[in-house]
Amino acid sequence: MTRTKQVEAEDIIAITGMSMGDIVDKIEELSGQNVFACYQCGMCSAGCPMAEEMDLLPNQVLHALQIQDPEAMTANSMWVCASCYSCQVRCPKGVDLAKVMEAMRQIYLRKQLDHVSLNGLTHREIRRLPQIAIVSSFRKKTG
Amino acid sequence: MSQGRIGVFICHCGMNIEEMVDTHRVAETLKNYPGVVHAEDYDYMCSEIGQQKIRDAIVEHKLDGVVVAACTPSMHQETFRNAAEEVGLNRYRLEVANIREQVSWVHTDREVATEKAIRLTRAAVEKVRMDDDLTPIAVEHATKCLVVGGGITGIQAAVNVANNGYDVILVEKNPSIGGHMAQLSVTFPTLDCAQCILTPRMVEASRHPRIKLLTYSEVIDVSGYIGNYTVKIRKKPTYVDPDKCNLCNKCAEVCPVSVSEEFNEGLSQRKAIYLPFAQAIPSSYVLDEDACLGVKPLRCGRCQEVCDVGAINYDMAPEIITEKVGAIILATGYDLYDPSNLTEYGGGKYPDVVTSLQFERMVHPSGPMKGDLRRPSDGRPVNRIAFVHCAGSRDPERHKPYCSRICCTYTAKQALLFKKSHSDGEASVFYIDIRTDGKGYEEFAQNIIASQRVRYIRGKVAKIVDEGDHLTVWGADTLSGERVEIDVDLVVLAMAVVPSKGTEEMAKTFHINVDENGFLKEAHPKLRPVETTTAGVFIAGMAQGPKDIPDSVAQGSAAAAKAIEILSQKELTHSPEVATVNEELCSGCGVCTRACPYDAIKVERSGIAVVNEILCSGCGACAAACPTGAIEVKNDRRVQYAAMLAAVLGRDE
Repeated sequence: MTRTKQVEAEDIIAITGMSMGDIVDKIEELSGQNVFACYQCGMCSAGCPMAEEMDLLPNQVLHALQIQDPEAMTANSMWVCASCYSCQVRCPKGVDLAKVMEAMRQIYLRKQLDHVSLNGLTHREIRRLPQIAIVSSFRKKTG
Repeated sequence: MSQGRIGVFICHCGMNIEEMVDTHRVAETLKNYPGVVHAEDYDYMCSEIGQQKIRDAIVEHKLDGVVVAACTPSMHQETFRNAAEEVGLNRYRLEVANIREQVSWVHTDREVATEKAIRLTRAAVEKVRMDDDLTPIAVEHATKCLVVGGGITGIQAAVNVANNGYDVILVEKNPSIGGHMAQLSVTFPTLDCAQCILTPRMVEASRHPRIKLLTYSEVIDVSGYIGNYTVKIRKKPTYVDPDKCNLCNKCAEVCPVSVSEEFNEGLSQRKAIYLPFAQAIPSSYVLDEDACLGVKPLRCGRCQEVCDVGAINYDMAPEIITEKVGAIILATGYDLYDPSNLTEYGGGKYPDVVTSLQFERMVHPSGPMKGDLRRPSDGRPVNRIAFVHCAGSRDPERHKPYCSRICCTYTAKQALLFKKSHSDGEASVFYIDIRTDGKGYEEFAQNIIASQRVRYIRGKVAKIVDEGDHLTVWGADTLSGERVEIDVDLVVLAMAVVPSKGTEEMAKTFHINVDENGFLKEAHPKLRPVETTTAGVFIAGMAQGPKDIPDSVAQGSAAAAKAIEILSQKELTHSPEVATVNEELCSGCGVCTRACPYDAIKVERSGIAVVNEILCSGCGACAAACPTGAIEVKNDRRVQYAAMLAAVLGRDE
């Protein structure tokens, strides 16, 4: 799939107009979750059906947010997340990671930043990609 | 009543009070307060110098009442009262005004805080002004001790108390003493055989001339107060005379009923008539009446027919035993959290997902597998094994929020036992953190990690799938950032520990509290770890919270020492600050008896309420409830409170 260029760490401030600290605060506000409650047991990653495709495992995303590592926002993990809530039902600390992922997506989506460029898809890709994948790209794009 | 010669002492408590309260101003203001003949402030009133200042002033100024404005009276009231008593002032004529917890620590404006400190100190002066001389009440007491729970903690406590020359009643609800320790294979970190170190203690407890052992028994009622508790114990019938039983096993051979065997954590079956385990004490078969086809009326009777020594008696009835005891030690231990709560691990559902205690039995040489580790489902050998830490622990969201403390170290031990017998076997341990807190435990666990090729994977398991001939464990290695899926033959869940079944009901029987997790609650988490808020009732071992064997044993001894503190007194004293009834005013309505949380007031035939001064704690609930004002608490009378209120609320003169 052709993607728009991955966001680089130094671009984050330019794109979002926020520091990593502000981003973490905003994520907590949007998701209603305390990312610092996570004690890194890894149960979310162990049960995540999409973890294989993620640059950072779900638990690593939370850790990156805790230490304000921009990698949280540059990794593909938030876009790969299928919002299946497997992580949320297992989390011993009650962190709804699916909501955190959604909040992270919102940080970008509210900037009207294209993550999947439909015009960039070839006919072959459109034929071969599962429809649900394309539709969910729309949703993420418009959300 | 004071003749108006009151001394006031204001404590700085270093900067604790001084920082927020101008203590010198408090002293100067109080100097001019009616009835006060002496006032001073000092760095630490509780220090020897501070106490001497109080003693000197009492003598020099002929004080007949003292107020110390300092920390909460629960900290140093006794200190100051002892000091005052040494120079002849009645100890109940000294009062403490709390200007630390109630003033300096909770306010941010020094001016306001100082004003409040002045008012609270004035109120205390008003109270002292009307305080009477009181004499402590002397109480006789019983010299026996009740110990509930016959695990290692209860055994230790019982033996310690008995060795000090006091009679002990040791009550155990199971047919044998020994507790969970009797089930263990070896103990960490020394790898001692658990039974080898436990059974001598069990024998010592059972043979001790001062210990009366009541197994298969439960305490059903407790009444009384420190030094004078009356306990009722119900002893279930075992239907077997332990003195006659010669352990021939003929009864069990003919018994037609098989049920799951508790001692082997359900991994084997036992008969309705059975020996709890080889080294059981009392050493006797027991007829489990719930499993038996029936003794009343008799429906089978085969065991009695084959018993050569006539030990079986179907007419045995429950016994109710009543004992008077001076002190009580509760050591009722733990159970494992129910694994069927862990549905994602197939706990209680997949036969090859076992608990840590089941694993102890599986590797035990005299366990259900005779030490030859096999899969419970199909009996095949175990070559690949996974251990899962924190199964139910550290999970505030769905299970138990606390750390169970022992699992990290026993899992290392269990992995070592597996590797010792399966040198080519693969052992994986899924952990979150490794918490091996205890003398030699860290070295023990690290040595196993370093030398035994046990795979330690830092990540909690999300799911276990039973694939028939193997189990698949879904985990994550949070250090490398990789998901992990491994196939194993057996999974051992390091289950959370929980208070033993019935702990909460038992706590109610003994009028003590449990904490938010159901463990027995100590009076103070740091300084009174084996005491409860009910005087004379002590707690020890796992019942108080997760702990290992040495900590449990230490608490058993600690509780014994606290119990002996009571048993060894010639007589106990009770505070004289108790309720008293004005017979002229009492109408005998009985409102006070319902208000009293201690059952300390009864309306006698004469129609007058009478206070049992020993049960009374001086809480004042009766005084507040009494419609005629007939009841008052000594030195906490209504006139005193009216004067105190006026002193707190009144304008400055």
